[in-house]
Amino acid sequence: MAHIDLPEGLPGIRGPMALRPETSKPLNEFAEVLLRGDNTLTRGERELIATHVSYLNDCFFCQNAHGGLAQHYLSCDLEQMDKMKIDPDTAAISDKLKSLLSIAGSVQKGGKHVTSQQIEKAKSFGATDLEIHDTVLIAAAFCMFNRYVDGLGTWAPQDRMFYVNRAKARAEEGYASYNPYN
Amino acid sequence: MAHISVPEGVPGIRSLVMFRPETGQHLYALAQVLLRDPSPLSPAERELIATHVSARNNCTFCMSSHAAAARELFADNRSVVDCVIHGQNTVLLSEKMKALLNIAGKVQMSGKLVTDEDVAEARRHGADDRDIHDAVLIAATFSMFNRYVDGLASLTPTDPKEYEPMGKRLATMGYVLPKKPE
Repeated sequence: MAHIDLPEGLPGIRGPMALRPETSKPLNEFAEVLLRGDNTLTRGERELIATHVSYLNDCFFCQNAHGGLAQHYLSCDLEQMDKMKIDPDTAAISDKLKSLLSIAGSVQKGGKHVTSQQIEKAKSFGATDLEIHDTVLIAAAFCMFNRYVDGLGTWAPQDRMFYVNRAKARAEEGYASYNPYN
Repeated sequence: MAHISVPEGVPGIRSLVMFRPETGQHLYALAQVLLRDPSPLSPAERELIATHVSARNNCTFCMSSHAAAARELFADNRSVVDCVIHGQNTVLLSEKMKALLNIAGKVQMSGKLVTDEDVAEARRHGADDRDIHDAVLIAATFSMFNRYVDGLASLTPTDPKEYEPMGKRLATMGYVLPKKPE
């Protein structure tokens, strides 16, 4: 049971989002720009970064909700998605994306864990300052979202196909003005 | 030196949001709602939670700037801020705030560490759902800000005096998105 009284039946972050629209507004507008706005990183790549960090933080709801979205955008199956989120280094993704996921993994531990060598490596594979910025901010943001979801003890459906099946509709809906009661 | 090309000589998160105002505007809006808009917790108490989490994350910029804001807002009771940073007991801290700071400290490590007992302790001392929600979200949000600021190695002034005007500004003006110098 959640630590506070939340609207019933809403999975994960949707409960607190429905409870406190004042904070939900900037949080959702922020997520919209960060994960869906114009970017040289694709929506799939950005959702993968979010999923990897949520996996490292062991947040069941976020890693499945965003894993479902990444799977949708990257047109892969659940098994391939799991490989990418658990061990990106051995996954079939570009060296640039691997280097960015490595930075995200360091941010998950703490901002000071990011080294100049990691940054140089990402730049050597063609990552721009903006892509590095957005990678760090996505990783930092999910250290927030994961803590918000788990810190309030929210409820999450345990069937992983729940998230896969609704990803397409969630992708069409976006983050900026979604209805948490849907 | 920062890991990416942000405006020179601008400290901490200010340099990062000048580099990327598209995301920065929403981060400042979130901070304003969360730390200044109406809440059962005073702005001083909320800045204290932000300071506590930033100290635990060893983020010098965030800790020093929010501590400076909290000192301004606590005015004559400003010594409470350094007690919290150094983990010292003080009569200036209510039992309710102690319990909320405990929850924030758990969230700083992981949302999953918040127990029913932590929440029950806060409720015994008068905390309601809204207090608990805000404490969790502030702690989660600073788990993001701290990683953003340190993950990109933004400029961190080492002279404590430099944070005093920042504290005054945050205490009187709140969170206003800084503009890039022309």
